[in-house]
Amino acid sequence: MSSIPLQPFLILALILFCIGLFGALTKRNTIIVLICIELMLNAVNVNLVAFSKYGAHPDITGQVFSLFSITIAAAEVAVGMAILIAWYRRKHSVNIDDGNDLKG
Amino acid sequence: MNGEFLAFLILSGTAILGGILMINLKKVVHMLLSVVLTFVSLAGIYVLLSAEFVAVVQILIYSGAITILLTFGIMLTDHKAEEDRVSSRIRAALAGLGVIIFFFTVYAGIRNLYFGPGAETLHADNTRKVGESIFSHYVIPFELVSIVLLVALMGAVVLTRRREGEDQ
Repeated sequence: MSSIPLQPFLILALILFCIGLFGALTKRNTIIVLICIELMLNAVNVNLVAFSKYGAHPDITGQVFSLFSITIAAAEVAVGMAILIAWYRRKHSVNIDDGNDLKG
Repeated sequence: MNGEFLAFLILSGTAILGGILMINLKKVVHMLLSVVLTFVSLAGIYVLLSAEFVAVVQILIYSGAITILLTFGIMLTDHKAEEDRVSSRIRAALAGLGVIIFFFTVYAGIRNLYFGPGAETLHADNTRKVGESIFSHYVIPFELVSIVLLVALMGAVVLTRRREGEDQ
């Protein structure tokens, strides 16, 4: 059942995290930045599930933790989307460079 | 090369392909759809890691709920927006350099990691084990998460509500 070692999963998660980090740092559209953050959270979830199988103490806890992480990510997207729509209603822009002031 | 390794190669290839397409495509909706490819491939990766319940939750929440939410967000805002890639090239180069340094730093850390052969029994009765663990050991975090979800829902409603006297 476990013919693949731990490293390929960790390297896959690392590559996805790097893609998400690069996108979050360089993209100008705020929705794309949110998507990139989701990608980074997904990479972390892959790490959690991989360690739940191949860790020093293989246990179901890693999967449970990733479920909590997915839930918090969903809440984060909902709040982020609400902030984005409220912000778009004022500024009529989704460009992240336009969001450089706190005043409404 | 056995079937499991082949499945891992295909799934990880499509996952990384989705991420790279997300970086390189120009239209926002196309970017979102390419990242859905990554989410679905990661569900397959979870099945390989004997986490069937997490895989189903991944498909339901990520490629279902979050994608729909982000699609509505795109449609309600500037859905014709396109990325102009030439605007900040030096910034992108600096970010890429930092990300590459980060990649090799972490890679040096995980290169020789080995803990053991891995668990053999996690895939048997997976959902039952997850449920027993959540409802016996992690009851308080579970209830706290429900409160977090409720607060996030109410916060989203309050944030997007149109107030009195606000211009369109």
